[in-house]
Amino acid sequence: MNRLLRSLVAMLAVFTPLAAFADYTWNFPEPATPLALDTLNVHNKFMLITIVIFVVVLGIMLYSMVRHRKSVGHQASDFTGPKNRKQLLWTLLPFAILLYIDFILMGIPAAHSIFMMEDTKTNAQMVLKITGSQWKWQYEFMDGDAQGIKFVSNLKTPDDQLYKGAPKGEHYLLEVDNELVLPTNKKIRVLLTATDVIHNWWVPQFGVARDAIPGFLRETWLEIDKPGIYRGQCKELCGRGHGYMPVVVRAVPEEEFKTWVVAKKDEQQATAASADKVWTKDELMAKGGETYNKVCAVCHQPNGQGLPPAFPALAGSKVVNAAVVDGEGHLIKDHHLDRVMNGKAGTAMQAFKNTLSDAEIASVVTYERNSFGNAMGDIIQPSQVKALR
Amino acid sequence: MLPLMIGAPDMALPRLNNWGFWLLPPAGTILLMPLVLYFFGIGTGGADAGWTLYPPLSAQSGWGIDFAILALHLMGISSVMGSINVVVTILNMRAPGMTMMKLPMFAWGWLMTAFLLIATIPVLAGAITMLLTDRHFDTHFFNAAGGGDPILFQHLFWFFGHPEVYILLLPIWGFIPHILETFARKPMYGYKAQVWSLVCIAALSVIVWAHHFFTAGMPVQALLYFMYSTMSISVPLAVLFFCWIATIWRGSMTFETPMLFALGFIILFGIGGLTGLVLADVAADAQYHHSYFVVAHFHYTLFAGGIMGVMAGVYYWLPKMTGHMFNEKLGKLHFWLTVFSFNLTFMPQFFVGLAGMPRRIPDYALQFTEFNMISTIGAFALGLSQLIFVYNVVTTWRGKGEKATDGVWEGSKGLEWQLSSPPPHHSWDPQPVVK
Repeated sequence: MNRLLRSLVAMLAVFTPLAAFADYTWNFPEPATPLALDTLNVHNKFMLITIVIFVVVLGIMLYSMVRHRKSVGHQASDFTGPKNRKQLLWTLLPFAILLYIDFILMGIPAAHSIFMMEDTKTNAQMVLKITGSQWKWQYEFMDGDAQGIKFVSNLKTPDDQLYKGAPKGEHYLLEVDNELVLPTNKKIRVLLTATDVIHNWWVPQFGVARDAIPGFLRETWLEIDKPGIYRGQCKELCGRGHGYMPVVVRAVPEEEFKTWVVAKKDEQQATAASADKVWTKDELMAKGGETYNKVCAVCHQPNGQGLPPAFPALAGSKVVNAAVVDGEGHLIKDHHLDRVMNGKAGTAMQAFKNTLSDAEIASVVTYERNSFGNAMGDIIQPSQVKALR
Repeated sequence: MLPLMIGAPDMALPRLNNWGFWLLPPAGTILLMPLVLYFFGIGTGGADAGWTLYPPLSAQSGWGIDFAILALHLMGISSVMGSINVVVTILNMRAPGMTMMKLPMFAWGWLMTAFLLIATIPVLAGAITMLLTDRHFDTHFFNAAGGGDPILFQHLFWFFGHPEVYILLLPIWGFIPHILETFARKPMYGYKAQVWSLVCIAALSVIVWAHHFFTAGMPVQALLYFMYSTMSISVPLAVLFFCWIATIWRGSMTFETPMLFALGFIILFGIGGLTGLVLADVAADAQYHHSYFVVAHFHYTLFAGGIMGVMAGVYYWLPKMTGHMFNEKLGKLHFWLTVFSFNLTFMPQFFVGLAGMPRRIPDYALQFTEFNMISTIGAFALGLSQLIFVYNVVTTWRGKGEKATDGVWEGSKGLEWQLSSPPPHHSWDPQPVVK
């Protein structure tokens, strides 16, 4: 009824001034890939069709409600179906139109979009592997110059903004420590998988959303038109941190991408080298605290008290306050270092050796053993972790 | 209402009826118990893997999931028993002369719902039992590391899950035409077409399930099949809409509360239906899927289509059930407040979904704030306005309004209106003869 339109118009009127300073749109965000552009076109076309159908049907109903009411003295008719062949044809006309809309007007462009979306291989120039874990993304370049680059991308929004009511930053919840850098104008084949539960890698401006399923590979593709920073989120419920695993992609021209590849490779070499040097306890504690707050605090909480029973406390924990290696230097099963490196099956505690560096694991274990009232006093060196992998 | 409308004394199988009903309180208790216990520091909390219980997430959760599985089994048994009762009653206890093509539309809706429940509940039961053995007996139905497939669960779940939506809506599509013909004072348009549409929708509903997880990845052929089969549901639904509108066309309408709800239902459910047509498109679905766009679509079908439809039915039959008229002014107020606050709640969610807000997140990025604010205000208004409904029903039940006549509404047709209001306990004895 027209109250619906009226409320819609009223809402539009309310929003117009807000729209001036808020950066949302009334539609999909500006497309940055051919796929997103196609999706936007299809969406706009379908919306137009459905709105026309809605308005026409609403118009007929409104006319009837105004004219065929008892209070204006309208006498009820008694027809219950088409009476003759001509009427029957008239009755069938709307359904012929509907079939045309369903399978021709909407069906054909939709089918073209599917073929486009699923053609991940033709002319692909690069392969990128994305692995979802609770609650972060891991990126790995599989071929070309960038082959071997592999890093983890975590939420960067600080705790005091998340839980303590500090003023929120511009990209609250949509910022990461390690953004994914990709070249523009290159068709990138994306392979997706996961290590624990099902995730979904979604960047609205790319028109791409595909599940990352543990034990399986799924694929999609990207070809980013213009340089810029694109933000998205995990879109499949994946547990406690589902709202806290954003995607940030920085698209840069080919040349700049090459510079980034060189820099990133140097950085990775430095990280690998750091595993071999001997760290002091202070260095380990500092890096450990940083890693803990980034990776572990979501479940085990910043104060190490956890959220029992699902997420046990580390303070005073039997697992933490015990030796990590036996006399021969082997990991003791289910003790502290083993849990961190190999996880605990069937829980959110994952095998962190897949996503953390030697230095990160060594430092965070050292940190946990000497914080929250735990006083084991020992330290773990990155080289030990490296040897135990 | 069913026995009254088909001229039967009561439902066919009273003991089954009892069992079906009394299984529900324990099922609900078992479902909620872990959550309540959690507040007392016992256990791991309620089921926390979403209503879809997708593994591996649900394999990871605490024992709230096990309780949920048991509760779902009990509810499933209860539903199947109820459905058998409905089918038996409709097929065997109709009044003499009431052929299948003279059944009230409401009975047809129920018949289709009952068949769908009997067909799909066992599949759900199988899926959640597999989940249970995966969790505790180390089977690997859904565990890729052991040779299973997590997506298999989604297939099994949605084979039940999609028909479930129609299970809820079919009885409503059944009684909406009764309300329209009553208040338009004009016989129902296209009875046979509507019956076959209901049958068609029930049949189609079990072959379109995979459109709930287009983004999980599947072969192109499967994507095309599920897209076109989903779109084809629009045809029988369009027949229903066409018949509803043709029923009021050139009638002599009055707008009592049930009629308002029925008309509001048609319009708002139309929005849900049309956005469903858009959602069927696989490529665009990658954007809509798991975003607030879907949340809005879902509520336009199941709140506007489901709850508002049910309210139309309640207001329509309340005088028959209680023997008293409800407060018409409050009913109308309830309607207008519901429609306004409903749209205020869910219309912004279409836009926030398009802008890229995923669902099931505890906190959102700043650009979504304004829309969420409006939604929140709308949601509180919507919740509060339902109190009017509760008050109206309770006072009517206690006999506040004036006495209702047997026919209640001026244009009422059908067997139930020939009985007294409220009807006697063992109604229709002897059975009426339908010509």
